[in-house]
Amino acid sequence: MKEQLDFMAGRVTAGQMTRREFMGKAAALGVSAAVASSIFAQAARASEPKRGGVVKLGSVGGESTNSLDPATYASQVPYHNGNQFGDTLVQVAADGTIENRLAESVEASADAKTWTFKIRQGVEFHNGKTMTAEDVLKTMQRHSNEDSKSGALGIMKGIESMKVDGDYFHVTLGDANADLPYLMADYHLIIQPDGGMDDPGAGIGTGPYKMDVNEPGVRHVYSKFANYWADDAYFDGVEILVINDATARTAALQSGQVHIINRVEPKVAGLLSRAPNLTVHSTPGRGHYVFIMHVDKAPFDNNDLRMALKHAINREELVEKILRGYGSVGNDMPINAAYPLFDSAIPQRTYDAAKAAEYYKASGHDGSPIELRVSDVAFPGAVDAAALFQQTAAAAGIPLEIKREPGDGYWSEVWNVQPFCASYWGGRPVQDQMYSTAYLSTADWNDTKFKNADFDAMLLQARAELDPAKRKEIYSKMGMLLRDTGGLICPMFNDFVDATSNTLAGWETDPNGELMSGQITRKMWFA
Amino acid sequence: MHPIVKLVSQRLALGLMLLFGASALIFGLTEALPGDAAQAVLGQSATPESLANLREEMGLDRPALTRYFEWLGGILQGDLGKSLTNKLDIAESVGGRLGNTLFLAFWAAIVSVPLAIFLGLLAVRYRNRWPDKVISAVTLTTISIPEFLIGYVLVYFVAVKLGMFSPLAMINDSMSLGQKLNAIALPVIVLTMVVLAHMMRMTRAAILNVMQSAYIETAELKGLTNFKIIYRHAFPNAIAPIVNVVMLNLAYLVVGVVVVEVVFVYPGMGQYLVDHVTKRDVPVVLACGVIFAAIYIGLNMVADIVAILANPRLRHPK
Repeated sequence: MKEQLDFMAGRVTAGQMTRREFMGKAAALGVSAAVASSIFAQAARASEPKRGGVVKLGSVGGESTNSLDPATYASQVPYHNGNQFGDTLVQVAADGTIENRLAESVEASADAKTWTFKIRQGVEFHNGKTMTAEDVLKTMQRHSNEDSKSGALGIMKGIESMKVDGDYFHVTLGDANADLPYLMADYHLIIQPDGGMDDPGAGIGTGPYKMDVNEPGVRHVYSKFANYWADDAYFDGVEILVINDATARTAALQSGQVHIINRVEPKVAGLLSRAPNLTVHSTPGRGHYVFIMHVDKAPFDNNDLRMALKHAINREELVEKILRGYGSVGNDMPINAAYPLFDSAIPQRTYDAAKAAEYYKASGHDGSPIELRVSDVAFPGAVDAAALFQQTAAAAGIPLEIKREPGDGYWSEVWNVQPFCASYWGGRPVQDQMYSTAYLSTADWNDTKFKNADFDAMLLQARAELDPAKRKEIYSKMGMLLRDTGGLICPMFNDFVDATSNTLAGWETDPNGELMSGQITRKMWFA
Repeated sequence: MHPIVKLVSQRLALGLMLLFGASALIFGLTEALPGDAAQAVLGQSATPESLANLREEMGLDRPALTRYFEWLGGILQGDLGKSLTNKLDIAESVGGRLGNTLFLAFWAAIVSVPLAIFLGLLAVRYRNRWPDKVISAVTLTTISIPEFLIGYVLVYFVAVKLGMFSPLAMINDSMSLGQKLNAIALPVIVLTMVVLAHMMRMTRAAILNVMQSAYIETAELKGLTNFKIIYRHAFPNAIAPIVNVVMLNLAYLVVGVVVVEVVFVYPGMGQYLVDHVTKRDVPVVLACGVIFAAIYIGLNMVADIVAILANPRLRHPK
């Protein structure tokens, strides 16, 4: 019993067990509440954040071509770099609410068209300059002006005008948007001195860690910034090591060369979790793996054929075999329970060969093989997933032909070009953003070419609606519309699978992104 | 002019022409690949406007030939230009990477070349007896296993299980020589295993060939010991093919080790080149390609020249 109690106390110290769980389990062991309570208090005291130490993070997704310019961020290592040296105005908290960072408060006008951000005072950039509302304005301008090549350009489009008034930053929108703060939380929108207009890739921000060494594709070394404005971020320094090879990444964690790794392969996650001295964390997120059909091109312009294909895929099997259980089934819409205002009453679509055959017959397709283009670049295991899809479709009498494409150039030559291919989406913090990014008629990345006037109208209506119950109802209708008429086959949502050394404590589950939504170096500490 | 000087200068001129050819070929091939740097950088998140903006900034809106000759003009003045994707100075970033690649290749060569030649000599000395057979069997086995597999096996057993050496060979300037050597121990072992068989077998074959000659029989009749015959009489005459194969393997150690670099996360040229090919970063690809070609051509030239110097008949042509 002593050993079990010690183990449990250790879990409390590591922030992996709550008081309720601890007391319950201690009672089950026959420990009196008073004793259990004192053990818990002792363990919990040890769990208060301790400062110090240099943490090493081994990450996938870094290349020698990476720039520090936040506008160019498109993979994991740049994203984590941004989280070390920079801050955004606001950020999405683990529970889906908005947390203020460089903004002290956020207020909307009654019609949700004008937004006011009060900018925090006394925040210093790493170059010694004090951050002002002017820097915020310049940053937003750089991401939204005509020469912008920012990954955030799409979400800045609804902004009509921006201005600064003392410590206040005002945004006026063309159309009302109740979700504007979520857009401002985008990881590209790191506030830079002078908006980064003169030197966008300098790597200077207001974040907790200051860049010391920048070797793109190899490593990025940071030390704690002495004048950091907030009191989180407990490490003396952070080293991000670029380890693109999955096997090398797990070996590095196992041998203690790094403390944190991301993208643990589902294949090895089960085995790795049995290793001592480390913990594998699986976090349900909003990212999803998809097969997309262009609804404006034959034969996919026929909704019966689309429905046939949607019924011909075995979602449970894909989650089990491709994700090894580290994920959940999708429902042919890009939204799942990780989104606020999700309607869980929408019926789950399942594999039904008979129904698929029925729809296939109704579509009057001539029986020629339907070409599906895939590459493992689309998502890990895409080629295998397509093969499983091919088999279940064949059982319903639907001939699928798999065409393997080279990974190199997949996003420019196949995705958004060919009518039927595999792809992935990283998910967005709110439903509005996901729908306006890829399903609005006018969206740049409308990769299913889904154009529906009713859908567009509902999206705008929901955006301006400040009553959550009414919004939820509209979103539910939109989800159903997409599920039953869209070009999206969404078989699964993937979990973020990360692993940390047990020398670290303070892990929190955050569905917004991998490694606690990039906040890991701010929120964990050496136990 | 001395025939050797003439020969060397001829070879040098030829090498330079080859380099130009190689750079044109590399440029043409990277241009022919689908997509360009702007598309590769923006990936899935590209919009027509952001593509156009980025193309203009990278200068990709100008014709390909103009860009090639601009690059050529730059390189003749010793300017490798700037990377399209991260705007870093190419000479600076390539310099560091090239240094790392040469560092790894150097230590792999220091271990493998003497070892291969010694094992070759040993195999000849005990030819067709058990030491010869063991050496051949072991080296042929290690060359037959893919290098990434040897790498993973070593990482798992040596680094993770035994806790010796580091599974990551990430070296940087702030490390001491000892730390660096400790970090690259595993990749050096893997590379040695990969190149050993080729050089060892060639040494053995070349010396055995010479051993059939009449002057070896004479040496034997003089009563010299077996090893001394091999070392003093056979080896110098077999040096040309051995140098040839050694140079080929050295070139491999410099330009062909990208798989090992990936497995051990070594910050060398190979990984650097692959990253920039995927991003269609033409100036960097050209710079790396030309450096690789220069090393390859240079090492082969050395092999040729050594072969000529080692052969009195070629050294003093009639």
